[in-house]
Amino acid sequence: MPDIAYDASHLLGAVVLLMSFALLYQRRLFSLLNVFTLQALALSAAAAWQGYAHGEPHLYVTALLTLTLKAIVMPLALHRIIVKLNIQRAIEPALSIGLTMVAGVSLVTLSILLVLPVTAEATALTRENLALSLSVVLLGLLMMISRRNAVSQVVGFMSIENGLILAAVGVAGMPLVVEMSVAFSVMVAFIVFGIFLFHIRERFDTLDMQEIESFRGEHR
Amino acid sequence: MNPVYAIVGLPLAAAAVLVLVPGYRTGAWLNVAASAATLAASLFLFVAEPEPTALFVIDALNIYLIVLTCFVGLTTSVFSASYIGHELQSGKLSPRSLRFYHAMYQGFMFTMLAALSANNLGVMWVAVEGATLTTVLMVSLYRTAESIEAAWKYFILCGVGIALALFGTILMYLAAQPVMGPGMAAMTWTELLRHMGSINADILNLAFVFLLVGYGTKVGLAPLHAWLPDAHAEGPTPISAVLSGLLLNVALYAVLRFKMLLAVNGEALSPGPLMMAMGLGSLLLAGFMLYRRRDIKRFFAYSSIEHMGIITFAFGIGGPLANFAGLLHMAMHSLTKSAIFYAVGHVAQATGTQSIDKIRGLTVSHPALGWGLLVGVLAIAGLPPFGIFMSEFLLVTTTFAREPLLAVPLVLGILIAFGALVLRLQQICFGEPSGEVRPIHGSLVPLYAHLALVLVAGIWLPGPLVAWFRTVAAILG
Repeated sequence: MPDIAYDASHLLGAVVLLMSFALLYQRRLFSLLNVFTLQALALSAAAAWQGYAHGEPHLYVTALLTLTLKAIVMPLALHRIIVKLNIQRAIEPALSIGLTMVAGVSLVTLSILLVLPVTAEATALTRENLALSLSVVLLGLLMMISRRNAVSQVVGFMSIENGLILAAVGVAGMPLVVEMSVAFSVMVAFIVFGIFLFHIRERFDTLDMQEIESFRGEHR
Repeated sequence: MNPVYAIVGLPLAAAAVLVLVPGYRTGAWLNVAASAATLAASLFLFVAEPEPTALFVIDALNIYLIVLTCFVGLTTSVFSASYIGHELQSGKLSPRSLRFYHAMYQGFMFTMLAALSANNLGVMWVAVEGATLTTVLMVSLYRTAESIEAAWKYFILCGVGIALALFGTILMYLAAQPVMGPGMAAMTWTELLRHMGSINADILNLAFVFLLVGYGTKVGLAPLHAWLPDAHAEGPTPISAVLSGLLLNVALYAVLRFKMLLAVNGEALSPGPLMMAMGLGSLLLAGFMLYRRRDIKRFFAYSSIEHMGIITFAFGIGGPLANFAGLLHMAMHSLTKSAIFYAVGHVAQATGTQSIDKIRGLTVSHPALGWGLLVGVLAIAGLPPFGIFMSEFLLVTTTFAREPLLAVPLVLGILIAFGALVLRLQQICFGEPSGEVRPIHGSLVPLYAHLALVLVAGIWLPGPLVAWFRTVAAILG
C-alpha cells in the first residue's frame, strides 16, 4: 500500500541528510552558508509535514522557528560577519575531501547499524527518522573536527542541532517544551558564538583555530 | 508554599536586579545577600518535604546537593566580594564587566539549582545547557587571548556534549512513549521510574550511552576532559571554585538520575562497568598529568578530574557502601576544592603569578594563607583526619572486598596523585619566599570555614547525617 505520508517524510529526512554531506565538501564559506540554508529549509518542511500528517499542530511552531531562525536569520548574520570582518572566504579542510566523504559514509552506516536493531518495536517511520537524524548529528561532529575555520565550526554545530530537531520531530508526541528549548538554546548559542567571533577577531586578526590552538596558557 | 520556587526564583530575580546595579560594591554585597537568602530557603526543604510536581522533584538525593550548592554558593560569593575588588584596582576588569559578572554568577546559581531540582528530563537538559552558557561567558571575562581560547574550547566541547545528551534524552522519551503514551508524562522522572520495568531495554541502553558521554563531558571524565583545565585556569578564581565544587557535581547528578532509571529496569545493561572504566581512566590520566603542570590553577583543575574519576568509579561499583563513599566524597571534594581555589586566588593576587615555579615559601610570607593552603592540599590528597580520607578509605576497602583486581589501579591512581600533590606542596609552601611580598586583602573566613567542616566530617559525622547518606545510598542501588 503506497503511503504518501511515510514517503514524503522519508524524502524530507533524506534531503536533510544529503545536505549534511553537501556541507562536508564545500570549499567556500558563502556556499557553505547556502547549503546550510537549504538544510534548514528541508528540516522546516519535514517538521511541518510531520505536523500535518500526524495532526500535531505544535510542530508547525517548530517548523516556523526553524525557518525564521536557521534558514533566514543565522545565515544572514553569519554572512554579515564574514563580510564585515573580511574573513578569508576559502575553507581549508584539515582532512582531504575524499577522506572526509569516506568517513561520512561510514558514520551513516554506523548509525543505521546502531539504531535499526534496537528500535525493532517502534514504527518504521520513527526508526528511519532516528537513523537519519543520528547520521546528521555524527556528520555535524565530523564537520566540526575536519574544519579549522571558526565560522564553519559554528555551522557544524548548528547542523548537529538540526539533526536533534529532526529526531525530536520524528518521535510521536514529543512535548513542545523540548523543541522550543532547542530553538531557544540555538539562538543563545548563536549570540555567544557571535560575541566570540568578534573578540577572536579583535585579538588575533584571524579566525583560524589552528593558530589559536597554539596558546596553551602554560607559559606565563 | 513549595520552597523550591523560592530556591529557583531567588537567584533568577537577583540576576535580573544585579544587571541594573551600577556600583561593584553594592553588586558584590547584593550577590552575597541573594546567596544567603537562597541558602536559607534551601534549609526549609528539610521541613517542607514537598511532593513532586510536573517540574520539580525533591528527594533524599538532591536535597543534600541543593543545600551543598547553596552553601558553597554563599561562601564563594563572600570570597568573591573580597577578591574581585582587587581585580578592579589592578585594572584586569572594568566596572561594567563586574556588573555582568555578578548577574552571571546568580544566573549560574539559578541554572544549577534548576538542574538539581528538575523532575522533567527536558527541563534538566535546558538547565545544564544554561549552566554551560553562563560559565562560558564568565570564563571569557578577562578578554585575554588565553581566556577566549579557553572559553571557545569549553563551549565547543561542552556544546557537543550537551547535544549528545539531548539525543540521549530524546531516545529516552522514544523508549518510554510506547508504554506511557505521548505527552509530558514520558519525560517526567518520577513517572518514568514507576513505568521503567516495562520499557524496552535496548533503546534504554543506547540512550544511556549517549547520556553518559554527553553529561560525562561536563563532569570532565577522560577522554572528554580537555576543556576543564583551560576553563578553570583562565576564568576568575571564584568561578574556578564553583566550577570545580558545584558544576561537576551537577553534571554527575544528571548521570546518576539516569543510572537510577536503568537500575529499575531489569533487562537494561548495567551502567556500572561503563562508569567504572571512565572513572578509573580519569583518575589514572589526571594522576600522571598532575606532575607536568606548571600553572597552579591548572594543577588543581587536574586534581578535580582525578576526584570526579574517583566519585564516578564509586557510583559505578555501586552497593550501599560504595554509594555512601561516593556521596561523602562528592560533598568533601566540593568543600575542599573550593577552599583550595579561594586560597589559590589570594596567592595569585599576593604573588602576582599563577606559575608554580615562581611561588615559594608561602608559610613564611603569608602564614595564615600558606598554612590554610597546606591544610587544604593535605585534605584533598586524602590524608587523615580529613573527610576525604574517610570516603577514600571506605571506597578502597569495599573495592578490595568486591572487585580486588580493580582495587589495584584505584589505589595506584590515588597514590600517584598523592605524590604529585605533596611534591608541589613542598615547593609552594616551604623555603625562602621569592619575589616581592605583598599583603593580601580580603577575608580568609570562607577558606577556614570549609576546612573546619572537612575536618569535622573526617573526625565525627553526626548520626542523622550518616542515616541520611545511608538512605540515599540505598536509593541509588
